[in-house]
Amino acid sequence: MIGRAALAAAALLLAAFLISPDSFAPLLEPLTRRGAPAVYTQTSLWSLTVSHLALVAGAIAASAVIAVGLGVLVTRDSGRDFLPLARMVTAVGQTFPPVAVLALAVPVLGFGDWPTLLALFLYGLLPIFENTLAGLTTLPPQVVEAARGMGMTPAQRLWRVELPLALPVILSGVRLSAVIALSTAAIGSTVAAHTLGEVIIAGLLSSNAAFVVQGGAVIATLALLIDAGFRAAESAARSRAGF
Amino acid sequence: MIEIEHLTRRYGPRAVVNDVSLTVQRSEIVALVGTSGSGKTTLLRMINRLVEPSSGRVRIAGTDTATLPPHQLRRRIGYAIQGHGLFPHRSVAQNIATVPRLLGWDRARIDARVDELLDLFQLPPEEFRDRRPQELSGGQQQRVGVARALAARPELLLMDEPFGALDPVIRAQAQQDLRRIQRELGTTLLLVTHDMTEAMFLAHRIAVMDDGRLLQCAPARDILTRPASPLVQALAGEQARPFHLLSLSQVADLAQPGTAEGPPLAPETSLRDALAQCLWSGRDALPVAGGGVVTLAALRQAASGETGRTGAGASVKAGVPSPPASPPAPQ
Amino acid sequence: MSAAPRISRQGLLFALIGLAGLALPLVQLRPNRIVPGEPLSLPASLGWPGWALAVPLAAALLALLPARLPPWAGLALGLTGALLSVLALGWAATALIAPDAPLARVSPAAGFWLLLLAFALAAADALARLAPPVAWRWGLLLGTVLAGAAILSSGVLGDISVMREYQSRHDVFWREAGRHLLLAFGSLGLALATGLPLGVLVHQVPRLRGAVLGALNAVQTVPSLAMFGIMIPLFGWIAATVPGAAAAGVAGIGAFPALVALFLYSLLPVVSNMAVGLASVPPPVAEAAAGLGMTRAQRLWRVELPLALPVVLAAVRIVLVQNIGLTVIAGLIGGGGFGAFVFQGLNQTAMDLVLLGALPTIALALVAGVALGLLTAQAGGAPLERTAPA
Repeated sequence: MIGRAALAAAALLLAAFLISPDSFAPLLEPLTRRGAPAVYTQTSLWSLTVSHLALVAGAIAASAVIAVGLGVLVTRDSGRDFLPLARMVTAVGQTFPPVAVLALAVPVLGFGDWPTLLALFLYGLLPIFENTLAGLTTLPPQVVEAARGMGMTPAQRLWRVELPLALPVILSGVRLSAVIALSTAAIGSTVAAHTLGEVIIAGLLSSNAAFVVQGGAVIATLALLIDAGFRAAESAARSRAGF
Repeated sequence: MIEIEHLTRRYGPRAVVNDVSLTVQRSEIVALVGTSGSGKTTLLRMINRLVEPSSGRVRIAGTDTATLPPHQLRRRIGYAIQGHGLFPHRSVAQNIATVPRLLGWDRARIDARVDELLDLFQLPPEEFRDRRPQELSGGQQQRVGVARALAARPELLLMDEPFGALDPVIRAQAQQDLRRIQRELGTTLLLVTHDMTEAMFLAHRIAVMDDGRLLQCAPARDILTRPASPLVQALAGEQARPFHLLSLSQVADLAQPGTAEGPPLAPETSLRDALAQCLWSGRDALPVAGGGVVTLAALRQAASGETGRTGAGASVKAGVPSPPASPPAPQ
Repeated sequence: MSAAPRISRQGLLFALIGLAGLALPLVQLRPNRIVPGEPLSLPASLGWPGWALAVPLAAALLALLPARLPPWAGLALGLTGALLSVLALGWAATALIAPDAPLARVSPAAGFWLLLLAFALAAADALARLAPPVAWRWGLLLGTVLAGAAILSSGVLGDISVMREYQSRHDVFWREAGRHLLLAFGSLGLALATGLPLGVLVHQVPRLRGAVLGALNAVQTVPSLAMFGIMIPLFGWIAATVPGAAAAGVAGIGAFPALVALFLYSLLPVVSNMAVGLASVPPPVAEAAAGLGMTRAQRLWRVELPLALPVVLAAVRIVLVQNIGLTVIAGLIGGGGFGAFVFQGLNQTAMDLVLLGALPTIALALVAGVALGLLTAQAGGAPLERTAPA
């Protein structure tokens, strides 16, 4: 879709903007009115980007561990009773709007980073869980049978055969969760989370389109890069898994 | 080698395998045949406990299999299935090394064993070691599958329709390779197949199953000439019976003194092929290399199952063609 | 094989969640809408009638335990238990609100949510096992919606804090509800009107495929906050500078910018599923249609579009569920909808107001998701993977 060159250019541009935002001021100035500042300076964009990414990475890492763990549990013989329920809860859970999940986390955790982290974590679980199930339940049956017939223990089958073969599908679930979380984290700034959403909200409050654009552009570029990174990892895993 | 005693597997009220007893000698090949749903695959899978028996007992080399943890039991038994089940994320060498690695062999020993097996299956190691299974042809994948099953030098090899996914030409080649390798290694082999011709070609004895029961277990010739029941007769293929019988013997067995026109047949040519040549060339007798002839009359008699009354041939070997009728005595 | 266990493990899980719910406080009593309150259990809030309610609830939970419980019984227990929990909440609130303290608020606490979760999970598990025919599922959906409407309009829950919020602004509530639906469905309608033809075009002119889908994919990466935010100055500028634009309804304030933002997010699923649906028509079918002498237009209308319908419906489901959720953001830029309550509530740290916005949004998204899932199932397809911005 988007070539490597375009991605590399986007990455460079993003790095340049984060290192020296002021040099981009002339570009953004036409978007401001009445001499308003063109570049957000209240907090360094660099630190906002880092904490934005840290929130997303922390939440999605936790989602991935829990969701893959649950996916493994309900596909073992001992957990199979829970499989139909798990599928239904996942399907229904995905219709919960991320913003509503965020809003509901506030009464429990108050304002700040924590409700955002919780919402990102909860919402991130579903795509990863769904894909883990899909990956582990559609393995080629002869391969699983052969692994059993050759005397692998259940743990050996899981680690040496099932998870490596399901990895590409699991990774695409993580990618989906990460990209959604990147965007939802911005909304977290409405409940005082320390993210790039702060820039956008500052723009909304002061009617400064330049802020909205720079906050949005940084997040969108991050999303593109993370999406491309995961896709590359997926295709590497896919060719390693021999598909 | 394997003693199966009163083995039964029930699913609910239905017995998929019903009170089957069977003994397999060391280095013997036994083929399990029967219609689909006859319980032959379930019987095979109970031997390495992929299916747990409802009742009965299996002993391998004197050890009751129920006393071993299933995964340790399976590491001692080779297992090859239809569609090979090779791990797509592992190279050919890694696939073959699976069980030796599970058993904790050291690296050098594993590498040597992998190369040895690749040579045995006529897959040059330098060329095939690092390939992925999906880069191989169907026949090559199947050979790697069998090599993997044999990697840890199991005394017993279980095969479930191992050649089911191959086309006829490759299939015939694979059967010949298997017979050659089995004779070299002396592995005991239990094979599930629905193809009676394959069973006749490979097996010392054929076990015929229907509806969970073992109807008869005997050498191919006995299955054809002395079926235990009409059902066995039907399963053995009534129309093809003369041809099956002919395929069990070689022209050397039937040769009688005399001379005939034409190029001589190799002594190990099957009677079935000899008959085909007679019919196609319109001759009554064919010369056999090394002296003697095989006549159409003798072939006709052999095809009727009455080999006992023909002269030289039948007395030489009443059994199966190249695999000996009785396996070598346990060493 | 070991003998079947007498206790189902799912049942055990549901019962444990539910019993924890019974043990924890059912409600919170607060002197007014923004101060912290005092947690109260079911018996503590209702006195002896509370015990009379707790016993059947516990009994229903224990009845979920047997492994041989038929699914329909599990479904009945789950639905009854959920209903009973909601009624208990309403009665507890009524009992706690003293007539002389009109500002006091009673809101559901952890115990209530756990009870509801336990029974909802039990019902969902039973439903997953029953796998009833589509007509039954429609009936169940309709019944649940009607029962919910009946409970809400009966006034049983009238003393719950969220309902208090509703009562004090019910005119605004219905206006914002209308606005929310208008935005979600309006953007869907616009996306279908433009996206379906675009999908057909992309299918028939493969050269366009990469460019169109690539651009729409890039749109999806723009965070919703920024997408909604940028529409205000953009359309403000257009309305001010393009002659006739303002007269045509283009404006930088109100619902218009939100509608456009939602429309942009909706395009990718519609266009790509239309193209995928058309591409998935088996070639022999398409060839047979051509061989029968159908014109290109006839083939499209009579053969290809009907066969692509399930995939298109899957896109409609994705878009509708996604838009119902995203419309909340419109509340932040003055576009209205339930989001207005959510962000107002967050600003005032009035969580009841947040709930007044969030709960109907969730309910709408759930009903829309289930209903369109059923439609898709009727059209003979399974829902596809979702692609969602947040």
